[in-house]
Order: sequence, then C-alpha cells, then structure tokens
Amino acid sequence: MKPTSWNPDVDVAEWTGTQRPYDIIKEGTIAVVFVLIVVLTLSFLFGSPDDKPVTLKQWSNAAPIDFATTAFQELAGTSGVAQYGAPYNNVPGTGQKIGPVSLVNLMGVTIPINAAADFVLRPLGTQTSVPTVTASLATWQHASATQQQTWLTNYAKHLPTAIRDSVMVVTPNDAGPVPSLIGGLTTMAQSGALDNALLSNSTSYFSTNYTEPLLFLSDGTYFAGLASDKHLAGDQWGMMNETGSFPGQAWLWLYTFLYQVSPYSTSSNADALVWATMMLLSALVVFVPFIPGLRSIPRRVKLYRLIWRQHYRSEKH
Amino acid sequence: MTDPRIERQWTTRLRKRVEGTFPPEKVLPDTQPSYVASWIYVFGVLTLAALVMVIATGCALAIMGPTWWHVSGLGHYINSTHLWSVEVFFFAMVIHLWGKYFMAAWRGGRSMTWMTGAVTFLTSIGAAFTGYLSQTNFDSQWIATQAKDGINATGAGSVFNVLNLGQMLMWHIVLLPLVALGLTAVHVILVRKRGVVPPFADVPEGVVA
Amino acid sequence: MVHPERFAALFNLSHPGHFISWGVLQVSYGNAVVIVLMVVAFVAALLLPFPGHRDKGGR
Ligand code: HEM
Repeated sequence: MKPTSWNPDVDVAEWTGTQRPYDIIKEGTIAVVFVLIVVLTLSFLFGSPDDKPVTLKQWSNAAPIDFATTAFQELAGTSGVAQYGAPYNNVPGTGQKIGPVSLVNLMGVTIPINAAADFVLRPLGTQTSVPTVTASLATWQHASATQQQTWLTNYAKHLPTAIRDSVMVVTPNDAGPVPSLIGGLTTMAQSGALDNALLSNSTSYFSTNYTEPLLFLSDGTYFAGLASDKHLAGDQWGMMNETGSFPGQAWLWLYTFLYQVSPYSTSSNADALVWATMMLLSALVVFVPFIPGLRSIPRRVKLYRLIWRQHYRSEKH
Repeated sequence: MTDPRIERQWTTRLRKRVEGTFPPEKVLPDTQPSYVASWIYVFGVLTLAALVMVIATGCALAIMGPTWWHVSGLGHYINSTHLWSVEVFFFAMVIHLWGKYFMAAWRGGRSMTWMTGAVTFLTSIGAAFTGYLSQTNFDSQWIATQAKDGINATGAGSVFNVLNLGQMLMWHIVLLPLVALGLTAVHVILVRKRGVVPPFADVPEGVVA
Repeated sequence: MVHPERFAALFNLSHPGHFISWGVLQVSYGNAVVIVLMVVAFVAALLLPFPGHRDKGGR
C-alpha cells in the first residue's frame, strides 16, 4: 500500500495479529433457535391484527348517501378517479412533476379506467332483471351528450339526501334517468352484487385484480373515515401504522415524516418530490463507502473505540 | 501430468477459481481475529436467522393459500409468527446497519459488502410492503389505495399496480424473496471472502495522513 | 378442526392504538416501543462486555 494514497476511511492494514477459536456453525444454530423462541413467544403474547376488509355492500348499507354521492361523481366524471389522469385516464393538467418531468405521464395510461362506464353503466347493465334500471339505462344511452350533461347538472344542484324504492329522492328538477341510475346502483351495491360486478369487469370469471372496486371505494368518504378512526391516514403518519395497537412499518419513518413538512406537505407534486428525495437518500446510503465526508463520520464519532475496546486496550500492553 | 486440454476447460477453470477464492477454511472458518469481540457482531447472524424464520413461516402460510389464516386459529398463529419474524428481521438488520456504519466496515475492499447489504435493506422494505398488500384484509385495502399515489407519481405504478392483489402476491412470495435471498447470499459470501474488517489503526505505520 | 380460541394471543392488541404527538411528530405506542428497544439494544451491544473473552487486557 502506497503511504501517500492511504485514506483511513477506505484503506485498512489487513490483520496479521492473533486469532481465537470461533465456531460459526454453533453460532448460527444458537441464533436460529434464539430467534425461533423469540418469534413463537411474541406471537403467543401478541398475535397479529386482522381487521375485516370493507365491501361496497358494507359501505352502501352503512352510508347509502355517501355511496350514492360517490356513484354520481363517477357517472358525472367529477370523482377522484375520473379526474386522476395517468395511469388511469387522460386528464389534461394532471401528472405530478419533478421539475419539468412527469414520469407518470411519460408512462401513459396503462390501466385504463372510465369511471362512468366501468363503475356505473356496465355494472348496471348486468341488472337485466330490474326493469326500471334497464329502462333508465336505455334512456341514458340514447340521449345526446348535451342532454346527459343537463341531467347531471340538474341532479347536482340539489344532491339527494334520501333513497326510496331504489330511486334517489330529488327535489323536483329534471334529472332524467339519473336518480334511477344512482338509486339502482346503490341498491345493487347493497345486495353485494356490485362487489362481484366490478371484480369481473376486467376479466372473465377469474380475477385476482381489485383495481376497480378499490378505486371506487377510495373515492367516497366512508373508507377514509374508517381509516382515520384507526389512525392510518396520511396526515396522521398512517403509513407507519398498523391497525390496532401493533407496531407497523416503523422503517418508513422518514418517508412518512417528509409528507408532514413543507415543501412536501404543501406541494401539489408531494408524492413525486417525496419519492425523489427518498431515492436520493437511499442512493446516499448505498454509496456511503464512496462519499467523502459521510464515510469519515464513523472515524470522527469514535464509537468504534467502544466496539473494539478490548483490542485497543490490549494494544497498549 | 496435467492435460492442457483439461486445463483450458470452462469447468476446470471455474473450479480452480472457486477453490482459490473460497478455500474451505474461509467458507467455514474455525478461528476469528481477536478483535472480533463485541455483541454488535451478533446482529448480522441474528438478521440471517430472522430471514430464515421469515421464509419458513411464509412457506407455512403458503401451504393453505392466502386467505386461510382469516378462518383458522392455527393459520392466524402462523400469520403472527410471520409478522413477528419480519419485525425481528428489521430490528436486527437496522442495528446491524448502524453497527457496520460506525465500524466503517466498508474499508479494505469491502464496499460491495456494504452495498449489497444496503440494497438488501431496500429490497426488504419492498418485500414487507407487498406483504402488507397481500394480507387480504382492511389494512391491505387501505395501504393499497394510499400507496398508489406515491408509486404512480414515480411512473412505476403504470406497471407495478398495487391495487392488483394477484400481482402483489406474486411479487411478495416469488420475485422479491428471490432477490432478497440472492443478495443476502452474495453479501454473506463476500463477508467470508474478505474476512471481518480490522479496527481503525491508531497511527497507521509509515503513513502521511 | 382447530379452535381459534386456542391460538388467541395472550394480550389483545386489536383495540384502537395510543399515540404520542409532539409537534409534527406522531408515533404509535407500538412503533415507539420498537424504536426505543432498538436504540436500547444498540447501546447495550456496545456497552455490555462480550462473554468468553476477558474484557481486561486480553491476549
Ligand atoms: C438481509 C439482510 C442482511 C443479512 C442477513 C446480513 C448478514 C450479515 C452477516 C451474517 C454478516 C457477518 C457477521 C457480521 O459482521 O455481523 C454481515 C456483515 C456485514 N454486513 Fe450485513 N446483513 C444484512 C444487511 C446489511 C445491511 C442493510 C448493511 C448495511 C447497509 C450490511 C452491511 C454489512 C457489512 C459492511 C458487513 C461486513 C462486516 C465486516 O467486515 O466487519 N448488511 N452481514
């Protein structure tokens, strides 16, 4: 090793000193048995959480008006998903950016969702045994786009607060088939049929893809309310948390923290910025051995003197 | 008599290389440099043991399929062992990371050991995350709908759809474990190859600092 | 058939959690316990003498 190119944070004089007996297999065995006992004990003491999933059936029965309002927003194209943009649909002006670059828009629409068609009209189309729904659906589909828009606008003027006989109760106004469509979808959801209809929208028979029911669910306020009660919301540091009193993903502390502070907390590009920051910080961790300054901290902090105190003590003799 | 044709064979050359780099006494050593005397060294092995436990309990869960644990008491207990293995795994891994940092254990040509470790840590976060998505309960529903915005913003959401249970389950039980195990294997082999990093020398001899 | 009760956990953590709030910081008791234990384990690993090797002098 050339003395001039020696860097104490990079180079090391290889050990030529004493060795002592070391039984690697015994050490490994003890570690496995130890961890096994710890895990079995913790599981016995604390178990694990398992809160039942929410269904559209549960939502529409517990909060029918929230459900119906969300269903209307899906039909009218004003819901969160309808206005999301890529990867679900094309909405001008969407797509988070890092500086001038919007990666999500570069990737484009790869999981196409048409909220009105996928969440409302197609599921209602499966309700062939309900004559009022079939008739309203036909009226809707044969109307011009302007006519549809007029109905939607009129309906939105006084959003209904009740449902009777599967039809939303609206203050007298001309909302055409909309009260019947929304009422019909709510009734369908209350029976549990919508959960299945949304699952099989994308494929036939088999499905392991919950994109549509989950997106629909996340557009209402019911689901977010349940999560907030469990302290899982984003502004409650929810990403680190687990349901109940269990420890969660504590290792996400920094990621979660960034969302709480500006500029992230106030930015419309928060997700993109947080992710960019985390990527950068992760790269710093990975490349520590090559980053001057960062790699010198351990030598300066001197915790190593504690770790190797026997070695340093014996050196003095 | 060595036959030059044999010497040139790929198989022969590979074997010689492996023998040279990994003599048995390096792979399964029976001594350790005398400076290796601190509890902090235990956390690498503990991480490894916890990883073994994570895999074992995950395999046990796999036997009866992804939703069995909701309806079986035994299944729920096995699920608990899987969860707690993961908590122990991260617990040990983070302390291992702190320890290696404060020993500057990348010195002396050990930077790949550090980097494979760090990438394993990031991979494990992904593996744990897809695990939460694969629970098929309220937690997985909520985490999926929350996480989609972050992942979509990176562009990755266009192919990595956190709302697609089947896809997430596959990543959780096949792809990410394979990557994590592969990286861990390289990591541990590198440690065996290089040996444990020596302490900072007080005043390195003949050095102009 | 196995009875679920037989595998029930000794302490039930499936009730609403408790949280520590401190400015923007919010952390659940569950996570806080884990983090504190990690720091304790790290410090203990540095301070506790490693058995089997004499802490004094060495050889
Ligand atoms: C699956 C995760 C991991 C496993 C199973 C693992 C396992 C191990 C084991 C068994 C050792 C040798 C014993 C020891 O010195 O503790 C070791 C050494 C090491 N680990 Fe890890 N590790 C993991 C993650 C990490 C991480 C996240 C880092 C840091 C970013 C890291 C950095 C290192 C370094 C630098 C060494 C060399 C130590 C030396 O030469 O003194 N490892 N690891």
